[in-house]
Amino acid sequence: MSAQSSGQTALTSARAIAWARRRAALAGFWREYRTQRTGLVGLAFLLMVIALALATPWVTDAGGLDPTKVHGGRLDAPSLAYPLGTDELGRSVLLLTLWGARVSLLVGVTATLLAIVIGSLVGILAGHFGGWTSWVLMRLADWFIVVPTLVLAMVLLLVLGSNLFTIIVVIGVASWAGTARLIRAQTLAVEGRPYLERARALGAGHWHQMSRHVLPNVMPLVLASTTLQVASAILLESTLSFLGLGDPNQISWGTMLHRAYEAGAVSYGAWWYLLPPGLGILVVVLCFTLCGRAMESVVNPRLRGGGR
Amino acid sequence: MASDPSLLAGPSPDGPASGGLSGEKTAGGSGFGRYLRGRLTGSVASLVLVYLSSFFIFRVLGGDPLQAIAKDRRMTPEERAALREQLGLDQPLLAQFGKYTADVFSGNFGTSYQYRRPVMELVLERLSATVLLTGTALVLSVAVGLWVGARAGWRHGSRLDRAHVGVSLTLWSAPTFWLGMIVIMIFARQFGLFPVGGMVSHNVGPGLLAETLDVAHHLVLPAITMTAVIYAQYVLVMRSSILDEIGHDYLTTARAKGLRDDLVRRRHAIPNALLPTVTLVFLQLGGVISGAIVTETIFSWPGLGRMVFESIGFRDFPVLQTTFVLFSAAVIVANMCADIAYWFLDPRVRKA
Repeated sequence: MSAQSSGQTALTSARAIAWARRRAALAGFWREYRTQRTGLVGLAFLLMVIALALATPWVTDAGGLDPTKVHGGRLDAPSLAYPLGTDELGRSVLLLTLWGARVSLLVGVTATLLAIVIGSLVGILAGHFGGWTSWVLMRLADWFIVVPTLVLAMVLLLVLGSNLFTIIVVIGVASWAGTARLIRAQTLAVEGRPYLERARALGAGHWHQMSRHVLPNVMPLVLASTTLQVASAILLESTLSFLGLGDPNQISWGTMLHRAYEAGAVSYGAWWYLLPPGLGILVVVLCFTLCGRAMESVVNPRLRGGGR
Repeated sequence: MASDPSLLAGPSPDGPASGGLSGEKTAGGSGFGRYLRGRLTGSVASLVLVYLSSFFIFRVLGGDPLQAIAKDRRMTPEERAALREQLGLDQPLLAQFGKYTADVFSGNFGTSYQYRRPVMELVLERLSATVLLTGTALVLSVAVGLWVGARAGWRHGSRLDRAHVGVSLTLWSAPTFWLGMIVIMIFARQFGLFPVGGMVSHNVGPGLLAETLDVAHHLVLPAITMTAVIYAQYVLVMRSSILDEIGHDYLTTARAKGLRDDLVRRRHAIPNALLPTVTLVFLQLGGVISGAIVTETIFSWPGLGRMVFESIGFRDFPVLQTTFVLFSAAVIVANMCADIAYWFLDPRVRKA
């Protein structure tokens, strides 16, 4: 592939060649991904939800979230004025669900990014340096793997206090270890290849080896595991919020369900208050899972056992 | 499995005694001894880390526990000082750490702020309820998961396979607590088929049978909710390990000697595919514990999970600290069991 690229006259520098190669790899990835029907469905739904969440501030009026400015009744059933009914403060559940999507997605994605950054860093360092660095880092990762994620996140949020920032940090810190293990194994596999020996022979430093050779090679796997991890992060956020550890000033799907539970929506039979946020979580988590599985089977052909 | 305890007891005592250079041992015995020692060291290291981190999180990161206790109460400075002294918070951090260590080893985990009783007593009281619910859900989900996964993997790509994977992934994506609320709303509130929550009714007749049936009646909804959410992971692992086996020659041989398709699956493919799945059952215990906390909360099940939920609202740190240590230790021990079981189940580990 690189021979073909360097044959073109426009590509002169090494960087241009590398970018052309990456573009080609991406195109190849997409060609493979397109054959996964469930992955495409997940991606389509996901893009729809993200577009909706981004458009919400322009389409709707944030004033409807202020309990002092609304006129709806307490836990009203769906009507023309309130298509999904009202919550215990008389706010429109539809409006809450739309705004809640923003926080749930934001927390899920940023917390995962944090987890991936920590995990990749630890994994590459452990794989590249080996020895006692690897031993210490992997014992640390082991600890994070054995401690139940929900319990750890809960306890950390309790002692640190709960707001949007700490929730993101805590979810990220509680879930990096799996990535670190994966990246370390992959790094070890890459380190054994001849081109790294060549780079070392040409005098490449640790930073150059890791950033230019190891990282680009482990990246596809990282992306697939990232997508799956967003699903877990969104579920974890909703569970923490439900347990009363959410940011009280933010509306997420988890905090909505927490409020619904506290307001007695179950015994009242207020299905319109329970279904929208719950289905929101379900759809988004399912979409991320489907996309992640599709990406995983593109990256790792061994998994492709027929009609996945 | 019955031979496990005797074998476990065998190599570990004479391991340290023979001091690394065990000459009289045969290759097989010392292999297991070394393997076991490696696993034990790892587990003990993890346990020590849990014990250190619980002190670090609750005493260093958490700041002054007195703020949590005194949050809702007006206290004079004298009362604060007295309470501080009573809890040993006026000591330097190192002395507190010493006391914490002594307490952990004597099984004293402090007194709950909200129940005003020793935490250990509370834990022991509620342990059986949690074990009952979690155990039932675990057995159900492993049984259903393996059965569904083996069938789906055997006919991969078929409509049945797609339906099974679709259903299990959808249920996996649902938040446990939400599913619980919906289940309560439909089956307990709307149709009145099952109790709304709790573990026992007050007006149950005397006799063991009536009491057992009553508990079982209460158990149905929470156990099914938990099973629905966690069985997907067993389906997926069983399915992919069946897929790994499907191309192998020994299956062709089995078919060539005239076995029915069903028998090839049951006698040959499944036993081989079971290996990775069995260890997963142990490894996923952390996720099961998370499921138990929210399920018990929703169904007012009088177990450890419900107690954790009640402690969050109350900032009951002694209870939370104890359950944190307890749950982590349970997962570590389960992981170690998985490693040891693997030794007996998979001959390849012994060669490595």
